[in-house]
Amino acid sequence: MELNQLTIHELQEKIKNGEVSALQITESVFSRIDAVEERVHCYIRLMKEEALHAASKADDDIKKGDIKPLTGIPIALKDIVCTKGIVTTCGSHILHNFVPPYSATVVEKLTAAGAIYVGKTNMDEFAMGSSTETSWFGPTRNPWDLERIPGGSSGGSATAVAADECIASIGSDTGGSIRQPAALCGIVGMKPTYGRVSRFGLIAFASSLDQIGPFTKDVEDCAIMMNILAGYDPKESTSVNAEVPDYRQFIGRDIKGWKIGIPKEYFIEGIDPEVTAAIKKAITVIEQGGGQCVNITLPHTQYCVATYYIIAPAEASSNLARYDGVRYGLRAADVRDLLEMYRTTRMEGFGAEVKRRIMIGTYALSAGYYDAYYKKASQVRALIKRDFDEAFKTCDVILTPTSPTPAFKIGEKTDDPLQMYLSDIFTISTNLAGIPGISIPCGFTSGGLPIGMQFLAGHFEEGKLIQIASAYEKNAKNEKRRPAL
Amino acid sequence: MKISSQEVEYVAHLARLEINEKEKEKFTSQLNDILLYIDKLNELDTKGVEPMSHAIAVTNAFREDKTSTSIGTEQTLTNAPDARGEFFRVPKVIE
Amino acid sequence: MDFETVIGLEVHAQLLTDTKIFCGCSTKFGGAPNSHTCPVCLGMPGVLPVLNKKVVEYAMKMALATNCEINKSCEFARKNYFYPDLPKGYQISQYAFPLAEHGHVLLDVNGEQKKIGITRIHMEEDAGKLLHDEHNPVSYVDLNRTGVPLIEIVSEPDMRSPEEAADYLRRLHEILVYLEICDGNMEEGSFRCDANVSIRPRGQKEYGTRTELKNMNSFRNGQRALEYEIKRQQYLVENGGTVVQETRLWDDAQGVTNSMRSKEEAHDYRYFPDPDLVPILVDQPWVDKNKKDLPELPLAKRERFVKDYQIPAYDAGVLTADKALAIYYEEVVKICSKPKVASNWIMGDVMRFLNEDKRSIRECPVKAESLAEMINLIDEGAISGKMAKEVVEDMYKTGKSPQDIIKEKGLVQITDEGELIKTITAIIEANPAQLKDYRDGKEKLFGFFVGQVMKATQGKANPQLVNELLKKMLAGPS
Repeated sequence: MELNQLTIHELQEKIKNGEVSALQITESVFSRIDAVEERVHCYIRLMKEEALHAASKADDDIKKGDIKPLTGIPIALKDIVCTKGIVTTCGSHILHNFVPPYSATVVEKLTAAGAIYVGKTNMDEFAMGSSTETSWFGPTRNPWDLERIPGGSSGGSATAVAADECIASIGSDTGGSIRQPAALCGIVGMKPTYGRVSRFGLIAFASSLDQIGPFTKDVEDCAIMMNILAGYDPKESTSVNAEVPDYRQFIGRDIKGWKIGIPKEYFIEGIDPEVTAAIKKAITVIEQGGGQCVNITLPHTQYCVATYYIIAPAEASSNLARYDGVRYGLRAADVRDLLEMYRTTRMEGFGAEVKRRIMIGTYALSAGYYDAYYKKASQVRALIKRDFDEAFKTCDVILTPTSPTPAFKIGEKTDDPLQMYLSDIFTISTNLAGIPGISIPCGFTSGGLPIGMQFLAGHFEEGKLIQIASAYEKNAKNEKRRPAL
Repeated sequence: MKISSQEVEYVAHLARLEINEKEKEKFTSQLNDILLYIDKLNELDTKGVEPMSHAIAVTNAFREDKTSTSIGTEQTLTNAPDARGEFFRVPKVIE
Repeated sequence: MDFETVIGLEVHAQLLTDTKIFCGCSTKFGGAPNSHTCPVCLGMPGVLPVLNKKVVEYAMKMALATNCEINKSCEFARKNYFYPDLPKGYQISQYAFPLAEHGHVLLDVNGEQKKIGITRIHMEEDAGKLLHDEHNPVSYVDLNRTGVPLIEIVSEPDMRSPEEAADYLRRLHEILVYLEICDGNMEEGSFRCDANVSIRPRGQKEYGTRTELKNMNSFRNGQRALEYEIKRQQYLVENGGTVVQETRLWDDAQGVTNSMRSKEEAHDYRYFPDPDLVPILVDQPWVDKNKKDLPELPLAKRERFVKDYQIPAYDAGVLTADKALAIYYEEVVKICSKPKVASNWIMGDVMRFLNEDKRSIRECPVKAESLAEMINLIDEGAISGKMAKEVVEDMYKTGKSPQDIIKEKGLVQITDEGELIKTITAIIEANPAQLKDYRDGKEKLFGFFVGQVMKATQGKANPQLVNELLKKMLAGPS
């Protein structure tokens, strides 16, 4: 095994034992990048020089015995989190040259934990997409099949982990943007409870839905990352000031006596049969591990996508108004007046999907339509949340497929936005309800594409998700495959 | 048809997006597909349901009235596409 | 036609917090352009607002002082529009759920109390400043003011004349300054006012079409702008035209209002609850605490002055219009116990000097104790009222105590009877003809003798004593 293929906890062991240096790990990651990045294109910006410099410093710390949870671990950041002094684009032309004078709180936390940054990963423009095809910097390819999408919007971060171009990475999830690409790339991805991980410095798509979370190679690494990311941030009003447990304690615990809710609304027509088969197999594993699967109902499931595609664009239309060519980013050249400056800058700076969502959102909030769209959706959102509250009275966690299908072909859905939106059908409700979710690998299709399943829990019950995911991971004994790149 | 091409034009103007005729046509048809799908919500009776605008119930998040360091004029203007002296510069604003 | 005017006012008051509403940048006026800025108030990507608690408390104080009901729960909303002075492309304000509603202030209209309703008071952030290049087609943006906390106080359309409107503005201004939550500086924009104006035939119930007036940056301007706008609307209606609903800008130099066409189209603000800010719950203990901390308000102070000091309502009004002036007055009265005399001196000489120099009472060189002592000296007969006028002017110019000035100028009155008798005897002896005429009944000549005595004593003789002695001595030995 190459160093770049190992997990955080495996590398930590080796570092502690003096078997490897931070520099060796980092160099191993960059040699992998040199070998495959051209084909995969998961990074917008690589930070090799900074990384090697940080690695030598980490080695100094290691020699002094100062080993933090991520000391010497190469981490990739989705280009949606602001990094002080380093261009942060959000996958958009409009921010192609933006250098933030501040770092996101999660970046500060990762830095304090000793992380080494490999680079900024590719993403759908402003996180609007499920395929990483809308990036101004071109698409990222699925490492399991280069003709296919890696999922999105955090496709770059998922791919970087799956292709061993980093050890772990950071993504953001507004409607499934961590869990769906994690499933399609065969890795672990968690969307924490809304308010659990600071959004400060996360470039906003839909503020009431956005949440940062980790991509990792296994569940234990997810717990390690969550230990670093989670916690109250006074810079964010919606941050929750609640105690954060040590997530690693949930690793290796059994789930005897747990009730696992299987919502009937998530097993509908249109799901790829191989996905259904993989989930059924996973259910058997869980039951063998002592869990009891029960049928539950989430009656408003069929309204999630419609609700989401009002609320998210409405918030986005407002969040993206700041890209006006005045203070930073792109400004169109040779404009005659102020109005033309706004209109042309935004026409040139945004891609088609971003414009489409700004249009939907602006329309949904505009005079005469607010009640019919935004208000109605906010009410249905309350009903969706209520469904989960009811469900968690009868079960500990909920199990669903993460995505109705494995990775689809590049270009397959780009001309049909509605079909693209429906690929988020199983992940969107989580964000609307603010609850945590985790996607973990549960097998492969006959064609060799990864399949993911999703566990959902009540607010602030990430511990439960880690516990059941880890129990499944242990009991399933799935073969370790790596993409043949 | 839920949304007319004139409405698309109006919305594009509200959002300060320049769109050409071809895009207008495409947006009109795509937006109509999406809005038609969204109409699903009207099947539901939501009378008396309190709208949910936050994912979690946090209230009263305050900061104290304590000064923190500003970043200064130079840093403020570094990213500006057009700055002059200590100001951002824009095409003339007519009031 | 006989028209009735209907005016409603929207006042924006900048709150005197140290930092901005959603970030820790300074609110100080007059820094270098774009220096009181940070990623949050610059609206950079990914930053988030956190509410300054003091803003809520200050707004609550104003709400309580204007008899509003404080809503148990309120929230911030985004008002979306594009403008170069608005970094985020939206202003964080309150819309569906404001902090407070249903208040009022009382005006004195022709000796009667009139209630002006306050629809709502809400919190919001200020925008930046634009400067326009005179020679080139460009504007410059300064974002220091962006995010400075404001409260907007919206009145009911309860005012019926520009005078009432100006009076209402003065009352609000006075309360804000009394509460020490706004410096009230209109030139620097700390207190700004927009008006909604319409006219209707007297007796008609429905409101006429209204126009919105902006840029009225003083009470006097506000009144002039309203007067002009009412005349303009009347002229239109009387000549077969109609009033168009629009925003109009007051041009102080020309004395006219002009249509602001550029602002017209932007009225679809797409308000929605700001997902980055959480609801504010105000419980009773919090309201009570702020209520307890309220100072005596202008109206209460006015009533107390009339009752306790027995001064006319007019005097009480003038003296309480400025909190510092009221404090000054009460200090003077405490020492000299002559409320009406004190009021006359302050409203007369002291305020005249201050007005001439455009100074506030805080900058007055005549200390309250000094003025009180001077009043006491008059009362004791040490100086005459006429002398006092000279003394107070000197006190104002030099800041010295009245005793020092009197000493320096030799302004002490002659109250020594023996000395005065000597002077009077000499004068009577020197004017035998006038004496004879006086004694023959020409009583007018009494004034002549007073004048002669004053002349001989250089005005220092105590006038009462002179009168008394002259009367006795001119009558001759009885």
